[in-house]
Parts: sequence; structure tokens; C-alpha cells
Amino acid sequence: MRLTPKSATLIVLALLVAITPFFFPSGYYYRVGALLFVNGIAVTGIVILTGYAGQISLGHAGFAGIGAYACALAPVHWGLHPALAAVLGAAISAVLAYLVGRPILRLKGYYLGVATLGFGILVSMVLNNERQLTRGPDGIEVADLGLREVLKGWGLNLTNGEFWYFFCGLCLIIGAWLALNLHNSPTGRALRALHGSEVAARTVGVDVARFKLQAFVISAVYASVAGSLLALQNKFITPDVAGFMHSVEMVTMAVLGGVGSVLGAIFGAGILTLLPQVLTVFAEYEQMVLGLVMLLVMIFLREGLLPSILKKFWGKDE
Amino acid sequence: MSELLQFLFSGITVGAVYALVALGFTIIYNASDVVNFAQGEFVMLGGMITWFAHAQGLPLPLAALIAIAATAALGVAMNKLMIEPARGAPVVSLIIITIGASIFIQGAAQLVFDKQIHSFPAFSGDDPIRIGGATILPQSLWVIGGALVVFLALWLFFTRTLLGRAVLATSNNRLAAQLVGINTNFVMTLSFALSAAIGALAGVLATPITLTAYSVGIGFALKGFAGAMLGGMGNPKGALVGGFLIGLFEAMTAGYLSSQYKDAAAFIVILAVLFFMPQGLFGRKSTDRV
Repeated sequence: MRLTPKSATLIVLALLVAITPFFFPSGYYYRVGALLFVNGIAVTGIVILTGYAGQISLGHAGFAGIGAYACALAPVHWGLHPALAAVLGAAISAVLAYLVGRPILRLKGYYLGVATLGFGILVSMVLNNERQLTRGPDGIEVADLGLREVLKGWGLNLTNGEFWYFFCGLCLIIGAWLALNLHNSPTGRALRALHGSEVAARTVGVDVARFKLQAFVISAVYASVAGSLLALQNKFITPDVAGFMHSVEMVTMAVLGGVGSVLGAIFGAGILTLLPQVLTVFAEYEQMVLGLVMLLVMIFLREGLLPSILKKFWGKDE
Repeated sequence: MSELLQFLFSGITVGAVYALVALGFTIIYNASDVVNFAQGEFVMLGGMITWFAHAQGLPLPLAALIAIAATAALGVAMNKLMIEPARGAPVVSLIIITIGASIFIQGAAQLVFDKQIHSFPAFSGDDPIRIGGATILPQSLWVIGGALVVFLALWLFFTRTLLGRAVLATSNNRLAAQLVGINTNFVMTLSFALSAAIGALAGVLATPITLTAYSVGIGFALKGFAGAMLGGMGNPKGALVGGFLIGLFEAMTAGYLSSQYKDAAAFIVILAVLFFMPQGLFGRKSTDRV
């Protein structure tokens, strides 16, 4: 039987989520794993925007910030359940992405990069400065999701770390599944067509502006959900989640692993999530090593790590 | 009225720094079509190396000269090691490469120097000069003068010298420039050296006012880029005017609206410019080649 890339990706992800815990020496690794999956969700959104549609965003952390602060604020101010707050955050992100994306997506390349960067920085500035609402740079606590207690009631007793590991893993698999479905849908084909050449896509009747906007909105929702999950599992969030460095991190993870495929990007998310854990011993060198990794991969392995590795082993083009 | 004048002075001062950064952006962008997000690190290095050398007992002018030369050398290295090997890479890759360089330089700076905030004495003392009820620091005049002198020198270089014209030719059409015998690789190297040196100079001039630390670069890069874009990407005159305008917007926002949101000014300007006149104040209209 020949596996399609879609089912292969989903099987690899499912195995990864299910099997790796057997090798965890301590409970701490569940936390790292959950963080990896959250980052994986965010970069899956970047794959849709950058990998499929060929558009750049240096401001997606802004949407993560909206998702995260929705979970922090809506339960307190409106008595919303944290899960509904995450949905609300995603909805706000989608609407905002639609409104901002309409004018911004006419731009290309560096201009688009800087416009999105400006948007992201404005969001993080609001989160930092509106102290009476967000409590500023010191951060704010986030209500408990409460799902773990529900599961306990059903006889499934998980530690906090285990719960978030499997929950985020499940969310990642769902997110990847949706993204892979999109890839093969008419929308996905339109996105890839306009990635190749906007003019060519337009001449064959693709509504370029509409599809770009769709990709932007969808990827914003991914970032928002990732932000919500991060806030909910940490039960605390600071405006750094919306910061410029977080935006750069998202794009870097995706491009590092290979922005052309969901699995590649998640691989990149894995590398950049694990790197600081490995480097804690050399905390002083962390920033230098991060910069160096970004440089070397981008200069020598332009398609990203995973495609380059696969090519090396199988010696074939996809 | 004196209040407005005061904001004007502080706006022009920071604006001059942004203008220098924007000029640096412009030079590299013209030569290579690369937007160098590490441009701010040149400013940081200019300040940090000068502080370091001065603290070791070197006289300030010598320390500044060393800082500018060392940063220019780094600019050349960046071109040789990162930009040339990545020629033809997509824009996303180039953005990540230059941001990677920026992160790497910051990491190295905090190792080689430290994480503290530093400064060194102003060139002509700290006694503020009174003009019409407002005050301006002598160092501000150095910064503003520096920006104008650099702009003038660049203008002369690009319009009056053969080498400068070679740079312009390369930015217009690399292949055509090669065909008429211009050493385009040398032009690239020169552009990076020049751009890094201008960035470092900005750092040297501004540090007595703005102070410096390993992490100040990214802010300068973003504001400088905003200036370059406002003026019209690739246009030196635009970079100068754009840089000053961003500084003024920032100072007015801080003075009359909210000092917390002064950094937002640059980005609101950027978004407005991109929406309403993507080619900037002095930019050429561009057309797509299919």
C-alpha cells in the first residue's frame, strides 16, 4: 500500500505523541512536549500562509497574544468558560486578520513583512501599556481549563503535565489534519497556484486577493489557538507572547524545518523548542547559537532541514 | 510655544539617528535588494565598542574610529559569509538570514561586553544651549550635523565620483553593470562596509544621549526601516527626510499624546504609508514584471 503524504504525516505525528512519553525520564519532559506541540500548531498556520500561499508575516505573535489574553481576560470580565474564551480569541483574531489583511495583503515581500511586523508590535504595545486591563509587562494569571477534572470524573486520572501533553498533542494532530486537507482542496490548489505566480493564477481565474485573505485569516486562527493553549497550560501569560521575537520564532521554526510541508515545519518547531532546553547549560551562548542555526540552515539548506534530510536519505525529489 | 520647540528639538535629534540608519538601509538595499534587519546592530556596535575602548583608556576619537572600522569590517564579513552565498534566495529566507545575523551579533555582544547599559562623555560637554525658551544638548547638534554631513558626502559620492556611479549602475541592473566592466562584487563589499560604518557612526554620535546596551539595535533597525520606507525604499533623499519625519512623529506623539505609545507612531506611519502610497514620499512607481 502506498501512503499519501497526508496519512504519512498524521501517522508520524500520532506515533510521536503516543510513543515518546515511554522514553521520558521525568515529568518535566511532558511540559517540553506540550510546548513543542503548541509551537507546532502555530507553525502549521505559518505553513498555510507562507508554505502554501507564499505570503510573509512577521506579526503572527500578535494573534497568539490575542488568543492568550482572551483566555486571561474573558473568564474574569465576562464570566466566560476558558474554553469558550479561546474560541472567542480565535474569532477576534479571525475578524482582525480579515480587517487588517484586506489592505495589507496587496503588498509583497519586504513590504508585507514590515506591515505585518507593525501590526504585531502594535498589539504587543497595547498588551504592555493597558495596565488596568492586562496588568502590563508583569503578566496576568489565567483561569484553569477544568477539563482535567472532568476527565478525572470519568476515571481518567492524569497529572497536569500528562494532561497538557496529550491535549496539545491531540490539538496539533487535528490542526495538521485540517491543514493537510486544505492542501488538497480547491482552496489549497488556488493558494499554491498564486504562490507560483500571482499573475498566472489571476489569468486562470483565481481570485488572488480573496484566497490570500483566506490563508491569512486561517493562519491567524492557528496562531490564536496556539496562544490560548499556551496561556491555559501555564495558567499565566505575559505580553512577550505577542512580541516581535515570538513572531520571528514562529517564522524561523517553520522555515528552518521546511515551510513547504506541515511535518517539516513541525520538525522545525521541535528543534527550536528543544534547543533552549539542551542549551540551558550554556545559557550565555543560547542567543548566539540560535542566530547561528538560523543563518546556517537558511544559507546551506534553503528548503529547510526536513526536506534536505529526506533528500539525503532517499535521494529523490518530492 | 517653547514646549513645541522642545519637542521639535528632541524629534530632530532622534530623527537624525533614524535618518542615518535609514541611509544605511538604502545603500545595502540599492546594491543587493536585501533589507538588512541587522542594520540596528551596527548602531549598537558603534556605541558598545566605543564605550569599551574608551573604558580601556583610549582617547574618545580613537575609540570611535576603532568602533567604526571594526563595524565596517563586520559589514564586509556579513556580505561575504551570508549575503553572497544566499544570492537568489527567496525574501523569507533573506529576512531570516539577516534577523539571524542580528540575533547572533546581539548574543556575541552580550558575551564579549556585558548586559549593562553604557555611555561615554558627550563630545562638547553637557551644558544645554537655550534657544527660544527651549534647550538643546550640544551632542544633539553633533548627531544632526553628522546626519547632514553623511548625506551630503553620500550625495557627492554617488553623483560626482566614478565609483559612486558604479554603485548606482549596479543597483539599476547588476548584469548590465557587469557587462560594462564594473566589478559588482567589489561594489557589494563597498556598500556593506559603507552602510555598517554609517550605522556605527550613528551609534557613536547618539550614545551620549540615548545610551547603549547589547539589545538596543532592533529598535533602531525598525525605526530606521520605517524612515526608509516612508521616504521611498532605495532613495537616499527619502531616507534622510523619512528618518527625520519618523523622529518628529515620535517626539510629537510622546509630547502631546502618550509617551507610552511613542514607539507606536513609527508603525502607524508605516501602515498608513503602505496603504495610501506604497512607493513612499520620493519613491518611483514600480511595475510588476511578468
